[in-house]
Amino acid sequence: MSNSRRIKDGLVRLLIYVCVLFSVALLLGIIVYVLIKGIGTVNWSFLTTVTSALNGTVGIAGNIVNTLLIIIITMLIATPVGIGSAIYLNEYAKPGKLVSIIEYATETLSGIPSILFGLFGMMFFGEKLGLGYSLLTGSLTLTLMVLPLMTRNTQEALKTVPSSYRNGAIGLGSGKWHMIRTILIPSAMPGIITGAILAIGRIVGESAALLFTAGSAKLLPQGLAGLLNKPMQSGGTLTIQMYLSATSEGDFDTAFGIAVVLLVIVLVINLGTKALTKHFDLTRKE
Amino acid sequence: MKKKAIIELIAKIIFLVSAVIAIFAVCAITIYMFIKGTPALHEVGVSELLCGNIWKPAADEPSYGILYIILSSLVATASAIAIGVPIGVLTAVFLSEMAGKKLGGIVGSAVELLAAIPSVIYGLIGMMVLNPIIFKLEMALFKDDPTHQFTGGSNMLSAIIVLAIMILPTVISVSTSSLKAVPDQLRAASLALGATKEQTIFKTVIPAAKSGILTGVVLGIGRALGEAMAINMVAGGAVNLPLPFNSVRTLTTQIVSEMGYAQGLHREVLFTVGLVLYVFIMIVNFALLRARKAGVADE
Repeated sequence: MSNSRRIKDGLVRLLIYVCVLFSVALLLGIIVYVLIKGIGTVNWSFLTTVTSALNGTVGIAGNIVNTLLIIIITMLIATPVGIGSAIYLNEYAKPGKLVSIIEYATETLSGIPSILFGLFGMMFFGEKLGLGYSLLTGSLTLTLMVLPLMTRNTQEALKTVPSSYRNGAIGLGSGKWHMIRTILIPSAMPGIITGAILAIGRIVGESAALLFTAGSAKLLPQGLAGLLNKPMQSGGTLTIQMYLSATSEGDFDTAFGIAVVLLVIVLVINLGTKALTKHFDLTRKE
Repeated sequence: MKKKAIIELIAKIIFLVSAVIAIFAVCAITIYMFIKGTPALHEVGVSELLCGNIWKPAADEPSYGILYIILSSLVATASAIAIGVPIGVLTAVFLSEMAGKKLGGIVGSAVELLAAIPSVIYGLIGMMVLNPIIFKLEMALFKDDPTHQFTGGSNMLSAIIVLAIMILPTVISVSTSSLKAVPDQLRAASLALGATKEQTIFKTVIPAAKSGILTGVVLGIGRALGEAMAINMVAGGAVNLPLPFNSVRTLTTQIVSEMGYAQGLHREVLFTVGLVLYVFIMIVNFALLRARKAGVADE
């Protein structure tokens, strides 16, 4: 091997190592920096009160409640629709025009940037349907956004269910709906759960689609009636509050405090999905 | 027996309706973008709006030129791709060709986590860490230039760096899976002919995986064009020529920063900005379809 070749190869190798180091250092840097800047702000009262000059408290409880409500409402709509859509595509539809149009639409939907979902949500759910700036408007907007994720993960899971399960059930005299309900959905459950967790992660991190749909109110709902009315009212999620704290309010302590909370949620979701996938893979092999 | 048939039919209809919702959503979004985005094109004039370079919505004689905004989006995306793709592809090469199981697992998990970090966190760190560094660079470069408008580091260059970082996970994961899909015979044949491992990677494996890598690049373009919050936090926010040390507005940040208070024609123009972004994204989607088809044809 010529000397220049050896030097060239060595340089290429070095370049690759530098790039890898950059990616890993970036992640570590982000985590460490956010923790150092934000961990001092995070304490019990930060998590359980709302920011109030009157009481002298700084807290994000209202934003946590809003985020949870948005997750719950969005998933309540997106999960059945996503599963239903996947079941139709996998179990009912014959390959043809309709299927390819549905799949193309799902693909397109997943490529649309969140700011455009936000614009559409504001115009359609907010103004046309008169829901205004509310958690419901935000949730409906996010439903469209996470729908492709739910559909695709369920579809993948359904594909791994062996067709002998289907034939066995049908052969024993089960109707198709009964077979789907008792055989397919339970067998595909790991994939469905993974999809749902990924969707929740997406909702937690989303900001641009919520700015003009769910608004930015941060007060805690009062009592059960308040909680039940909350979906019709404006409410800012953690990400929205963090954006406002870092820009218009110039309150970087709160911004970094929220960043710590968001990072922890993201980490838990990530590790959770990993553990789940591993667990289900093992049980399947047995 | 009849009851059972009815239940089956209802189930089928419900599944069909769920599946069709995606089509309705795409159609509704498209229709709304055009209905809301076109009136301003008539009122301001297509060429004045799209080719005008003065953005003064609040002036006595308002001017709604979004040329610089469009250009900023394009320049930021192209530059982010130019920086992010080489880093991403080389990292993918490491993951697919060089890393052992353990090291590969660690780097792979790190990349997955990078993808999961919310964009506002990228924006916050961009504001606090990147902007001051870029500001120092700016001061060093322009200290003798009295005409330069200092941006405090909130400028195009910061936006490009943040975008390049944010597209990394997409480029890495798509490229890694397409590199891994290259059959081992190709590698073995190249090595047997006396090529070094590095030559094999760059002359054989990467060319074989090019359509998959291209898919990753196109996905990255889509992500960079559509990113809003992080860019809004680091790019300054004045409508300017897309030069590295100018404070800039992109299509997305234009909507984020003015939609909250815009009224009348100003608001309609913002919808047109949304329409322009939508058209760009549809072009990217079309390219994605082509890249995927090319990938299927290769196999």
